Amino acid sequence: MQTTTERRQVADVALSDQIAISAGAAARTRALDRLRFGDALFRQLTRGAAIFVLLLLSGVIVSLIQGSIPALSTFGLGFLVSQSWNPVTEKFGALPAIYGTIVTSGIAMLIAVPVGLLIAFFLTELCPQWLRRPIGIAIELLAGIPSIIYGIWGLFMFAPFLQATLQPFLINTLGNVPGIGSLFAGPPYGIGMLTAGLILAIMVLPFITSITRDVFEAVPSVLKEAAYGLGCTRWEVVRNVVLPYCRVGVIGGVMLALGRALGETMAVTFVIGNAHRISASILAPGTTISATIANEFTEAVGDLYTSALIALGLLLFVITFIVLAIARYMLLRIERRIG
Amino acid sequence: MQQDILAGRYSSRRRSNFIATGLAIGATLLGLGWLVLILGALLWKGFSGLSLAVFTEMTPPPGSSGGLLNPIFGSLILTALAVIIGTPIGILAGTYMAEYGRYDKLSSIVRFINDILLSAPSIVVGLFIYQVMVAPMGHFSGYAGGVALAVLVIPVVVRTTEDMLTLVPNALREAATSIGLPRSLSITRICYRAARAGMVTGVLLAVARISGETAPLLFTSLNNQFWSLNINAPLASLPVVIFQFALSPYAEWQSLAWTGALIITLAVLALSITARSLVSSGRQS
Repeated sequence: MQTTTERRQVADVALSDQIAISAGAAARTRALDRLRFGDALFRQLTRGAAIFVLLLLSGVIVSLIQGSIPALSTFGLGFLVSQSWNPVTEKFGALPAIYGTIVTSGIAMLIAVPVGLLIAFFLTELCPQWLRRPIGIAIELLAGIPSIIYGIWGLFMFAPFLQATLQPFLINTLGNVPGIGSLFAGPPYGIGMLTAGLILAIMVLPFITSITRDVFEAVPSVLKEAAYGLGCTRWEVVRNVVLPYCRVGVIGGVMLALGRALGETMAVTFVIGNAHRISASILAPGTTISATIANEFTEAVGDLYTSALIALGLLLFVITFIVLAIARYMLLRIERRIG
Repeated sequence: MQQDILAGRYSSRRRSNFIATGLAIGATLLGLGWLVLILGALLWKGFSGLSLAVFTEMTPPPGSSGGLLNPIFGSLILTALAVIIGTPIGILAGTYMAEYGRYDKLSSIVRFINDILLSAPSIVVGLFIYQVMVAPMGHFSGYAGGVALAVLVIPVVVRTTEDMLTLVPNALREAATSIGLPRSLSITRICYRAARAGMVTGVLLAVARISGETAPLLFTSLNNQFWSLNINAPLASLPVVIFQFALSPYAEWQSLAWTGALIITLAVLALSITARSLVSSGRQS
């Protein structure tokens, strides 16, 4: 009710700079002042919230650096290259965790990128129109499942399955091939780096699919139609027209998924085995940066132990920040090109 | 001769197209197959443990039966806290970026940083809140857990608010200004109303995202075996209980973990489907 009158008053004042002073004029000015004040306040409030988002990020960085100072000053750069992780003697090195993170994410990307691109190819070129939406939604539902669900499923269903089928198969076939044999050596534990990598692949697949589908769809249809007009097959259109056109966007999507894979915690923690050693075999248990933190942080006694774990967190944040920044930059480039 | 070469090349082109098509269909079936496998396992394992006791009894000590009442309640409290803290900040920041500074430098920096926060590892957020809240306070608490989740809510809400406000046609703003409405009123009374469905969707998506988050809660709200309404003390939450119970050697705990996983998944799926239908109904009207 009040706003209606206020609105009317404002309209009056706005129209009538020259109107002679009347009894209502003072009230109008007051109302206007109040509105002007509220307006400025709201603007500053929103601006403050926007700046708060920036502060949040710097807060994360500052607090992590602060927390990792004890560990970094004790071990220096040796923290990054040392293999020992011994809470009793308080010797900590991040190398096994870094190694595990890279290996599991590498396995995940190796599988998820081709599969994701193929699904995007299917969804944009092959799939009948009525089926596109349901499949798209199903893939996005896969993206919405919380990571702990993948973890519990991986531990109880997927790992035993792999232990009984894929892992013995790999050991008996590829395990005997000279050169790469050591990659598949050792007993089939079920859990381990390969299992973690496969679960990560399932988890990042929807991200890759939905982003590549979006950039595929953004390719101007004139280009595709021209290629079809020359007699290209569907596969040739995707390979020679669509992919080159939106290469940057696809790489951006892949990097985004890589950022997820590197930082993913719960799904990996369940199935990685938490072993602080570097094994040549991808079937062996290992650990990742995030799994180490999740498993050990609440049990960490002593400042140095806690600080070493926070230093791992800082390391993870820096790595994912760089990967995600590159991803965003590339996606921005493709967005600008498409307009 | 020439004809033969051309025909040969044509058939090899057709063959590679055929192979690629087959691979693409296979990949899609594979992707959908995982969804079916995971949901199937959840339903199969989770439903067998589902009973009224799950919603009325506390988490049991090892070896006896019980329910998930305290973690379910704890999760609700934490989610509510996170939404109460995170939503206003997110909406205000998104408003600035869409309304006041759509093209200015601050907005583009915030947009970039926000996108990075959106996919930053959630465990790092847990460490951050541990550093700024748990360590100074000296104990784990529900507040710390709620704030950690709020940090995850903010980027989602910022993103959707900005996107939805950008979709509001400028004619509405111009009309509001032409009748003398101040900027703040034209935003809160006109633009928010026009973008409401989308903004609600953003909040729902944020809730869906945090309701399964485990990593940031592990060392902020920790866990609590008992019924507790004290937010200033360790608080049980569904994901953390699932984590603890699934990795335990006790069959009862493992079965409860599956049931909890089923509850979370159903909640998340319901939230995302609601959010999706809100957006599509908003588009039609």
